[in-house]
Amino acid sequence: MPQTGAAKPSSLLHKQIPIVTRSVKGKFRNFKTAVMVVAYSIYFLLPWMPWQRNSAADQAVMFDLESRRFFIFDLIVYPQDIFWLAMLLFIAAALLFFTTGLIGRAWCGYFCFQTLWSDLFILIERMIQGERPARLRLMKQPLGAEKILKIGGSHALMILVSLWTAITFAAYFSYAPDFVIALFTGHAVEAAYITVGVLTLTTYFAAGVIREHVCTLACPYARFQGVMYEADTLAVSYDSKRGEGLKGRTLPIIGLKTRDERQEKGHGDCIDCGFCVQVCPTGIDIRDGLQYQCISCGLCIDACNNIMDSVGYPRGLIRYDSEKNLSSDQPKPARLEWKRVKVIGYATALLIAAGILLYNIGTRNDTDVSVQQVRQPLFIMLSDGSYRNRYQVHIVNKTELDARYHLSVRGIPASSLDLGSLKEVRVRAGKSLIMNAKVDLERTIAQQTEKFEFVVTSSNPDTAPVVVPANFNSQR
Amino acid sequence: MSQDNNTNTTKTTGHVWDNDLQELDNPLPRWWIWGFYITFLFTIVYWLFYPAWPIGNNYTKGVPGLNSITYTATQPNGEQVEKTTHWNMRSKFMVEMNELQEAQKKWFDKVAAMPFEDVQKDAELMQFVNSVGKTMFTDNCAPCHQQGAQGKIGFSPNLADDHWQYGGTYQNIEETIVAGRNGYMPPFKEVLQDEQITQLANYVLEMSGEPHDAEASKAGAALFRSETAACFYCHGENAQGKIQMGSANLTDKIWLWADIPGSKTDAAKLAEVKRVITGGLNRGVMPAWSGRLSPAQIKLLTVYVHDSLGGGK
Repeated sequence: MPQTGAAKPSSLLHKQIPIVTRSVKGKFRNFKTAVMVVAYSIYFLLPWMPWQRNSAADQAVMFDLESRRFFIFDLIVYPQDIFWLAMLLFIAAALLFFTTGLIGRAWCGYFCFQTLWSDLFILIERMIQGERPARLRLMKQPLGAEKILKIGGSHALMILVSLWTAITFAAYFSYAPDFVIALFTGHAVEAAYITVGVLTLTTYFAAGVIREHVCTLACPYARFQGVMYEADTLAVSYDSKRGEGLKGRTLPIIGLKTRDERQEKGHGDCIDCGFCVQVCPTGIDIRDGLQYQCISCGLCIDACNNIMDSVGYPRGLIRYDSEKNLSSDQPKPARLEWKRVKVIGYATALLIAAGILLYNIGTRNDTDVSVQQVRQPLFIMLSDGSYRNRYQVHIVNKTELDARYHLSVRGIPASSLDLGSLKEVRVRAGKSLIMNAKVDLERTIAQQTEKFEFVVTSSNPDTAPVVVPANFNSQR
Repeated sequence: MSQDNNTNTTKTTGHVWDNDLQELDNPLPRWWIWGFYITFLFTIVYWLFYPAWPIGNNYTKGVPGLNSITYTATQPNGEQVEKTTHWNMRSKFMVEMNELQEAQKKWFDKVAAMPFEDVQKDAELMQFVNSVGKTMFTDNCAPCHQQGAQGKIGFSPNLADDHWQYGGTYQNIEETIVAGRNGYMPPFKEVLQDEQITQLANYVLEMSGEPHDAEASKAGAALFRSETAACFYCHGENAQGKIQMGSANLTDKIWLWADIPGSKTDAAKLAEVKRVITGGLNRGVMPAWSGRLSPAQIKLLTVYVHDSLGGGK
């Protein structure tokens, strides 16, 4: 048999049919709307929230890269706290795995920013261009004033929303009121314009142009979700037994209107109205079963329930249910099955990580000290035969007030510490300082001393002294 | 021969090898093609801003005015010259260096305006001294004095310890950097007998608390202060050296020319000291830095050596 290569070229090479969604009402739609309102309120308003501060601008949440501090209400995060970020990422991952194992891609369907912004842009399209049939009509129209105005107008609005999204993002990194004024008067820094420009373009491009392709082609999560799903995981599912019956779905033509008539003739409850497909933001048919394109937004459930109500059939032909339950002979009402090793394991990991993070944040000392020994040379012999070791003591003042720090030693004579003429150092609020310290020990003491401790005492009485171990080297 | 029963509609180039091996003619992905065309546009923009086409020994320099860059360069004679050229990596680097110098200037000025003693009391200023001083030291001093100023026995003194041949005050150190030093000790092989050199070497070892022959040392002590050897002229009556001359203190534990810390046996230590007395020294030369570093840089370097390295007196 001759081998002639690929049977058909990749679908990437072909023009995709644009997805034009129909709007829908229902509890999942309401939940999505509520999430959007809450998320947008937080995202767009938070940079404008004032907060009393001593050492920085009065902004409740500000990621101040210039002073290398993140202000989150009364918590100030320093570069030394980078460990928290690692914990936060771990918590986010564990939370994602936990929810996916339990109720599928809840993140994708309700919380992901791609979903939120796509949802908003679909709303903009509907407000300007009308409902699905009107938009399909508009797409088929020859280019004219109405088409240019409506399609151009909705894209212009999307770009405006993208711009404000980008400006809001950048506003988290500097004092928002000043920043916005500087941005529009041309006085902001170059990086601000680049950030705003890139984010405006990417937001518009991702949510306004390529939309569902981000989920189906670009997002890695869609591809590895499969390993998190189990037979007991609740997912948006079509009850094909009920919907198809023995002879498949069919339209409710005369003689097939009531359930009894349909069941008698072997047809299922699905009246093939196609609404579940029309409302889908990724343009799939949920009746084909669980598929990687499904973002679990639940809009097809709303659409189907509305139809079931109108034809008088029971709700739940499309519903949240598990694969195991659906394939059983007598499907029970859908239930959250949490007593599973994976779910409990993820929950445990989540609790432990959250506990560690909270404990660490709660017990952080306001003075951060690290001591580095000068290693070139490791030790110096002085003219009287005693040994000198040198250290660089890095003190970070994590409080909102300037403080003075006193350095002393423990485990060796106090007089062996030499700071020159410096008695104590002043470190400004939120700043750090590296000071030189010399430790001279007599030959006999030096040869017995391997370790000692530096003690840093703050002038702020609320701050506990910090004890840092150090090594002493000499010729032994 | 197998029959060609290919039924798919994929285009081929029409080339067939071995009767059945064909070359497919799939279109390139659209995104790829567009990316390719965009690179064409990019090159045109690039020609406007950067040197591009070689023409003989010359090259196109982009559109003048659109891509000019101005920086200040220091000529070998110290003269500051402003230069304007087309964009290139070197001129961009020079602009950054100009900005850096501008940013460092206020700190240098602050150090220059202060008495030496006050710099160390300003912990924030000392951070600047630490970092800039380290770079200057590495660029200028470390080739001889080694990284971390630990020195090398037989070559260059350790600047981190508390022994200073030419004095360890701020003024002494600054003077050393500005004018350089020229250490010298005459060879004694023509002047003294080998036995006398042995006696002197034993005395030198005794003064530093090293193993020695007590009898020979006693003779050496007398010889040290005699007109025959005349060691005391330079090293002083008490053998503690003279800062004015840069003569070594022979009573402390620090060795510069004779490698005592590196000698394992008593005989080797004696041989080391004898080697120095016999052959003398003419390698204690430090060049002057006044022409290479500005007074402000030398002042900062002085504070760095005195306080950051920590050996100053």
